[in-house]
Parts: sequence; structure tokens; C-alpha cells
Amino acid sequence: MMKRDECLKALARHVTDADIVLPVYSTAFDWIDIRPHPLNYLSHGAMGLASSHGLGLALGRPDKRVIVLDGDGSLLMNIGTLVTIAEAAPANLFHFVCENGTYEANGGHPIPGRGTVDFAGFARSAGWRSVHEFSDLKIFEQRIGALLAERGPVFVDLKVVPSGPQERDYSRLHGPHVRKAFREALGKS
Amino acid sequence: MQVSANTEGPALHGGSIIREIKASGIDFVVSVPDITTSEGLLRPLAQAASPKLIRICKEDEGVGICAGLAYTGKRALLLIQQTGLLDSINAIRGVAVEYALPICMMVGLLEKEPGVPPLQSKRYGVRIVEPILDAMGIPYHEIETDADLGKIKPAIDEAYVASHPVVLLIGRRPT
Repeated sequence: MMKRDECLKALARHVTDADIVLPVYSTAFDWIDIRPHPLNYLSHGAMGLASSHGLGLALGRPDKRVIVLDGDGSLLMNIGTLVTIAEAAPANLFHFVCENGTYEANGGHPIPGRGTVDFAGFARSAGWRSVHEFSDLKIFEQRIGALLAERGPVFVDLKVVPSGPQERDYSRLHGPHVRKAFREALGKS
Repeated sequence: MQVSANTEGPALHGGSIIREIKASGIDFVVSVPDITTSEGLLRPLAQAASPKLIRICKEDEGVGICAGLAYTGKRALLLIQQTGLLDSINAIRGVAVEYALPICMMVGLLEKEPGVPPLQSKRYGVRIVEPILDAMGIPYHEIETDADLGKIKPAIDEAYVASHPVVLLIGRRPT
């Protein structure tokens, strides 16, 4: 098992200024400290929808890599998204799931099926072109560069341990200034 | 909120609705099938090269997809049934209303009696739709006959110019 923040730091080394990144909840608070950038898309409006926003962005801007950093609880809430994305098949969409087995932002309660749900299996069954699982940080660090060069959609399950307490100021995700900054950055990019 | 049921005229033509959709600059139609609009709208849209049809599993997905597209400057129409609208209220609340995004929804009213305004329908599931939209502060327009077609493009243009959601309620099966 890996630590989420270490996975995100490894990923951040391969994310360019042109990429759009959609992190959710606890992952989002880690990510905006690791890689603050106006092309972070942080306002998803309702739990589970990050990958759907990502699909819209990927279809509308096929020239850009769109990287979704989902949670396992969030993905379960919108599991049909895997089928929708597989059918739309955007070559520029990369869907990472930080699987820690908990609703970390809502009290750390276990997700249904914790430890038995096979997220990579879901993605394969849904028809994704490329599916990966990682539980070893060194292997993830070795593979992440090549993985982000693949033709999408690409699904990546990151097996991580639950993180500790986290300061969560949700205005950093949902504030109007966040969306304004993203809109302006995307318009120039 | 606008309510203007037009009960005159016997028909609503799907081809005419599609012309209005295209005239509104819609690039993508995002849809879960709805029996009211299945034959007259969705099936011909599925056979057309443009706008591009994205089939989704659940209506709230479509709210997110349309939001992402809106940021890229692409116009989208979420074509669903009112049951899906009701199921997606939290997504519409968060994404469309609180973020003030141009989520344009064309909603077939399942089991609404042709020619009867939604508020006067005998169906509970139809009667509650407009009061809910009123409570959420979402503008809507009734599309009952061809006489209502002229509402479509201005409603979509206004949603994108002013950046707010809008709902177009399809009150009978388009032919």
C-alpha cells in the first residue's frame, strides 16, 4: 500500500502546465498544496461527478490531457461513468482512483465492499482501453511517465492507506474565484 | 418563472425541434432515453452526424458533462425525462444553480396529457415539476406544440449569455 500524497507528488512531476487536473475531496486538498495551478478544476458541485466533468472537458478540448483524481467512494457513487467514458472513448482522459477504502472526507467510514470491490475489474468490464493497478510506490514512479503517454482513456487504481487529519477549507475548492481562475486559464491555454 | 402553455395546435414536430437545437449552436446532445422524446427526437438525433450524441447511464452524469463542455466553449443539451430531472436535483443544485453554469435541459414529461398544462396534470409526477423548478430558481419553458418552437433558441442563447441553467419541458410526443 502507498501513501496518497507520495503518489500525488510522483504524478505531479509528470503533469505539465497544459494539463487539466480534477482532484476530489481529500485528494484535492493534498493536490492543491502539491501542485497549485489555475488549470486545477476543483468545483464539481456534487459527489461523484468529477469524472463526468472530466469527460466534458476532454470532449471539448481534445488537445489537452484531462486527469481525474477520483476517490473510491466518489467513483462508487457514479459507477456508470466508467461505461459512459468507455463508450465516448476520449483519447485524452486519464482517470486515477485513490482507493483507500473509506469515505475519508465524511468521517472515515468504510466504503461498501471495502477490500473486495475490484475497481480495475469494473473498468476492464466497462471496456476501457488501458487499465492499471499500483500498490508499490517505486513501481508507480517507474511507470507513470509512460502511462501518461498512452492513448486514453486510461484507468489507474492506486491502492493507498487512509490519510490522517487534514485541514479542509472548502472555499479553496468551491469558491467563485476558483472557477473564475480556471475559466480564464483555460481560455488562454 | 415563465409559464406559458400553448394548447392550440395538434402537433409538435421533432424535425422542427431538431432544427431549433441546431440553430442554437448545440454541439453535443447528452441523453438518457425518455419515452416522450424517444422516437421524435432521440432516434433522429442518434442518426445525425451533428450534434454529437453522448449516451449516458444516469442523468446527473450529464450535468457534469455539460458543465465541463461549457467551460470549453462548447454548447450542450441534456435530453432526459422528468424522472431523471428529479433524480438529479442535487447535481443541478450544485453545478447548474450554485455555480451558475449554462446547463440546458430538454425534459420529456412522462405521462403528461397532451394539451394539458403541467400544473393541471392528473399525474403527481408531472404537477410537481414546475413548482420544484420555481423553488430552485430555474427558468423553464413549456414546449407543447409547434407554436412554442420559437422559445427554444432564445432560451438556450440566454442561458449561455447570462450563464444560468434552463429547462425546456416537452409536453407531448413529437411526431
